[in-house]
Amino acid sequence: MADSISMKKLVTRLLGVVVAMFVFGFALVPIYDVMCKAFGINGKTAGQYEGEQTVDTSRQVRVQFLSTNNIDMPWDFYPKHDELTANPGAVNEMIFIARNPTDKPMSAQAVPSIAPSTAAAYFHKTECFCFTQQVLQPGQQIEMPVRFIVDRDMPKDVKHLTLSYTLFDITARHPPVAVNTGG
Amino acid sequence: MSAVIDDHGHADHAHGPAKGLMRWVLTTNHKDIGTLYLWFAFCMFLLGGSFAMVIRAELFQPGLQIVEPAFFNQMTTMHGLVMVFGAVMPAFVGLANWMIPLMIGAPDMALPRMNNFSFWLLPAAFLLLVSTLFTAGGGPNFGWTFYAPLSTTYAPESVTYFIFAIHLMGISSIMGAINVIATILNLRAPGMTLMKMPLFVWTWLITAFLLIAVMPVLAGCVTMMLMDIHFGTSFFSAAGGGDPVLFQHVFWFFGHPEVYIMILPAFGAVSQIIPTFSRKPLFGYTSMVYATASIAFLSFIVWAHHMFVVGIPLVGELFFMYATMLIAVPTGVKVFNWASTMWQGSMTFETPMLFAVAFVILFSIGGFSGLMLAIAPADFQYQDTYFVVAHFHYVLVPGAIFGIFASAYYWLPKWTGHMYDETLGKLHFWLSFVGMNLTFFPMHFVGLAGMPRRIPDYNLQFADFNMVSSIGGFMFGATQIFFLFIVIKTIRGGPPAPAKPWDGAEGLEWSVPSPAPYHTFTTPPEVK
Repeated sequence: MADSISMKKLVTRLLGVVVAMFVFGFALVPIYDVMCKAFGINGKTAGQYEGEQTVDTSRQVRVQFLSTNNIDMPWDFYPKHDELTANPGAVNEMIFIARNPTDKPMSAQAVPSIAPSTAAAYFHKTECFCFTQQVLQPGQQIEMPVRFIVDRDMPKDVKHLTLSYTLFDITARHPPVAVNTGG
Repeated sequence: MSAVIDDHGHADHAHGPAKGLMRWVLTTNHKDIGTLYLWFAFCMFLLGGSFAMVIRAELFQPGLQIVEPAFFNQMTTMHGLVMVFGAVMPAFVGLANWMIPLMIGAPDMALPRMNNFSFWLLPAAFLLLVSTLFTAGGGPNFGWTFYAPLSTTYAPESVTYFIFAIHLMGISSIMGAINVIATILNLRAPGMTLMKMPLFVWTWLITAFLLIAVMPVLAGCVTMMLMDIHFGTSFFSAAGGGDPVLFQHVFWFFGHPEVYIMILPAFGAVSQIIPTFSRKPLFGYTSMVYATASIAFLSFIVWAHHMFVVGIPLVGELFFMYATMLIAVPTGVKVFNWASTMWQGSMTFETPMLFAVAFVILFSIGGFSGLMLAIAPADFQYQDTYFVVAHFHYVLVPGAIFGIFASAYYWLPKWTGHMYDETLGKLHFWLSFVGMNLTFFPMHFVGLAGMPRRIPDYNLQFADFNMVSSIGGFMFGATQIFFLFIVIKTIRGGPPAPAKPWDGAEGLEWSVPSPAPYHTFTTPPEVK
């Protein structure tokens, strides 16, 4: 109808919506990260521990460790122990062992996940091999530490945590430099 | 009415179509483009249907008989893609092109040249998509939902063709939607206020807004795939810091509104047809408009019900479960309005009405199985079984497709100037009705018993029901060849149709002669 806005203006506005929605599709990527952090899913654990530094000896939490190789990943990859008992507030350490059994240098990336997700916000990693990428020469074996603090404020009903790592082969993406120092 | 006389005074303006092939290549006429869309959609319907026949033939008996599992995967994928993007969506765009200008008293679509372009992108897109079946690595085999990493890390080489095909289809749909919105908002005849518009126009207006909101997200989604595959990004690759679950969120943010894109125009068509053959005005017109708008709005906040099992937080499961169930309210409003329209009407059951009534009943069955799937804890069992297949085929076949059949029979006299053969039309309906129910009803049972979807083989206990499904599938498939025969017969001849072949019909489209002249409403009609 004549009283509505001009065709040019209308089409421009509609094209604006199209462009905005295309951008929104990409904006879903950071939004997804924020939501994962808020809900403690997708391995997103809490940041630095800023709570009380003393150890709560009255409470014990079982922390289990799992390691999985992604498809076609030939490395040996396992934690030194299946689980440990942690007191909230204390710094704990677990060693993971990785060995490259192939005859080529390879690089790998471990991707963490934590369950239950309600406890993820109360799990603080101070050091983790998943923060960096690992490069192993043929036959080389390394010990990789993960250090963490369980928050004193973690809900009382959580008595059991599982920290799991999946190891991905990223040799194609990040070619390792072959050196002769390894063993 | 002086407009009609005026028209005769300028005979040089009232030219007919150009002759030959170039008429169709270069046409900017909304009726020509509508016809092109409808024929294209029907070809794709037969192509996608032939893929379904391969699937049903393989599943006729347990064990692997006819095709390799790898090819079976390509068939399930291509069946879904061709039916969704090639058959249902273009068919509705074709109906929109033909009918919206006639229903609102406009001379043509608002942007006729873009209209031509948006149609001709489609054959290019589907040539690209279908050609992948003949490549060495085979066509897309990751399901029509193309979840990463199946469609990225583990995809066949042809996935890039698939991505560009989706881009082209998306551009085509977006341009078509912009055209529909511009036509409806700017070209209505004087006096045709928004709340006087026929419901088919209303549902299409809302559908067009859904299209421009979500097709760009789909384009973004396949663009991210393209970048992951070729440019070393890691949107969906966990090894590089991305996440495959993100793919599902982006895809279903498009995917759920998409299912309403495929059903809302059918709601509109049925809302035209049921009042006509009940000889009563539509019950609750205003509530129909608001219900459609509510469904469209809700469709944006329910997407994660497709992914209850990926490990979303409990609060998320609950939110998406209740939001999904909420959709039953506006949908219920519509179903009750259709029933109330029929209530105490002088009903007759010509073919369009048969399809429309079957639509209401069978779509409701699909809606109810949808409610069952919406229950998050129950969905943990139903996920990825044939129950899901039964559900979405019940909303798409007797929903979208029956809506298109009903529209085709309803408006065929207007398009061709001939009445179709009522006996043959009714035969088509009953064969489709029986075939469709034979195919998809047993899928509820095998799904609840645990038969997984997208697998070319199955446990012996599912054998009988699968054979019934296959027989029904062949019956439904063959029946559609019969539909082609009916349409061609109607185009070639038949009793001449009056301007208004249905005595209970209302609307501007019935004020022009049958067949509709090449140019209509060059002077806008007066709507009181």
